[in-house]
Amino acid sequence: MPADPTTAPDHGLAARGLACWRGEHCLFRGLDLRLAPGELLHIAGRNGSGKTTLLRILCGLVQADEGEISWHGESIRHCRSEFNAALIYVGHLEGLKGELTPLENLAMDQALNVARNAADASAALAGLGLANRDDVPCRALSAGQKRRVALARLRVAEAQLWVLDEPLTALDPAGRQAVVDMLVEHARAGGMAIYTTHQPLELDGVTQRSMSLDS
Amino acid sequence: MNEPELFPAFCKLLRRDLLLAARARSEWLNPLFFFVIVVSLFPLGVGPEANRLSMMAPGIIWVAALLATMLSLDGLFRSDYLDGALEQLLLSPHPASVLVLAKVLAHWLLTGLPLILMSPLLGVLMHLPSSSLPTLMATLALGTPVLSLIGAIGAALTVGLRRGGVLVSLLVLPLYIPVLIFAANAVASAAMGLGVEAQLSLLGALLGFSLALAPLATAAALRIGME
Repeated sequence: MPADPTTAPDHGLAARGLACWRGEHCLFRGLDLRLAPGELLHIAGRNGSGKTTLLRILCGLVQADEGEISWHGESIRHCRSEFNAALIYVGHLEGLKGELTPLENLAMDQALNVARNAADASAALAGLGLANRDDVPCRALSAGQKRRVALARLRVAEAQLWVLDEPLTALDPAGRQAVVDMLVEHARAGGMAIYTTHQPLELDGVTQRSMSLDS
Repeated sequence: MNEPELFPAFCKLLRRDLLLAARARSEWLNPLFFFVIVVSLFPLGVGPEANRLSMMAPGIIWVAALLATMLSLDGLFRSDYLDGALEQLLLSPHPASVLVLAKVLAHWLLTGLPLILMSPLLGVLMHLPSSSLPTLMATLALGTPVLSLIGAIGAALTVGLRRGGVLVSLLVLPLYIPVLIFAANAVASAAMGLGVEAQLSLLGALLGFSLALAPLATAAALRIGME
C-alpha cells in the first residue's frame, strides 16, 4: 500500500488513517491517500477487499470507523455543501429512474448538482453514443446504455472530483474508450478522479497512480 | 462555478416525483382505493342505521385515512434507494432536508390531497351531517400533511430494510395518535354543533411543528439508512 502520510495539503482530497470494519472483519485500517488536481487514482484489490466501501466513505455516503477526510484542507463534514458541489459519484447503482428518459434523468441530475447550462445534456448523451435514444424510458435501455447515461452525468455537471465505481462494467470497447478519453480530458483540465476497475486502462500523458487494498 | 439554486431543484424534484407517479399509477392509486373501500365497507358491516353510522363516521374515516397513508409510505424512498437515486440526492450540494421536503410534498399531493377531495363523498355515505363536512375536510387538510411528514421519518429509517412495512407502522403509528384524536374529535364536535377551534388550532400546531422538524429528522435518518 503506497502510504502517503503527509500533512494535510491545502488543495485536493486527502484522507488520513481511514479504517473500516464489517463486524469482526477489518476491511482496511490506517489507510492514507492524497489526490491533487490533475491526478487520477486507481484503487485495485480483489473482490470483497472493500473498494466500493472505500469509495462510499470518500464520498461521505458512509462514515469511516476511524480517520478523517479533508477537501481543500477542510474536513468534508464541515464543508459538505462545497464538497458535494465538486463531486460526482457514479456507483454500482446508476441512480436512473426507469420510467424517465435519459434526458429527463440528466435534467434532474443537473438540477441537483451545479450545472453550467441545461443545453449540454443532449450533447453529452450524443457524445456517449446515445444520440437518438432520447425518448426511450431508461428501463428499456440495455445495461451498457444505462451505464453510458450515468456516465453522461460527468459531462453535464462540471465537477472537480469524480468518484467512479467500476465505470467500465457492461461497456463495449467503444464505451471503454469514451471513458478513457473522458478521464484523460478531465485530468488535463486539472480534475481529479478516483476509480476502481479490473481492466487495465491506458491513459496517455496523465499521471495515474494505483493503490491496492490487498494486504 | 455557479451557486447551486435551491428553488429550481426543489421544483424539479417535485415535478419528477409527480411525473414518475403519472407513469406508474398503481403505486399511489392503491392506497386511495383502499381508503374508499374500507370506509364503504362499514355501512355494509354494521348496518345502514344513520345514527350509528354518523356516530362512528369521524373515527372510521380518519382511521382509514391513517392506514391508507401508511400503506403508501413504503414507496416513498424505497424505489430511490433501490435504483441509487437516493445516493445522488444525498450527494447533492443542496440541503437534504429541503429535497426531502419536495418528496414529502409530492407524496402528500398524491395521497393526502385526493383523500381530502374524496372525504365529503364518504362523509355523505356515512351519514355525517352536512354541517360537519367542512370540518372533516379542514381536519384532513391540516392532518394529512402531518401524516406524510412524520411517516417520512419512519420510511427513511427503514429504507435499507428488505421488509420494512410492519416496522414503519410500529414506528409511526404512535406518533399518528395525537392527530387521530384531535381530528376525529373535531369532526364529532362539529357534528354535534360544537366549536372546533381548539382542535383545529392543535392540528395546525402539529403541522407547524412537524413541518419544521420532520424534514431534518428524515434527512438524518436517510443518511443513517444508507450505511
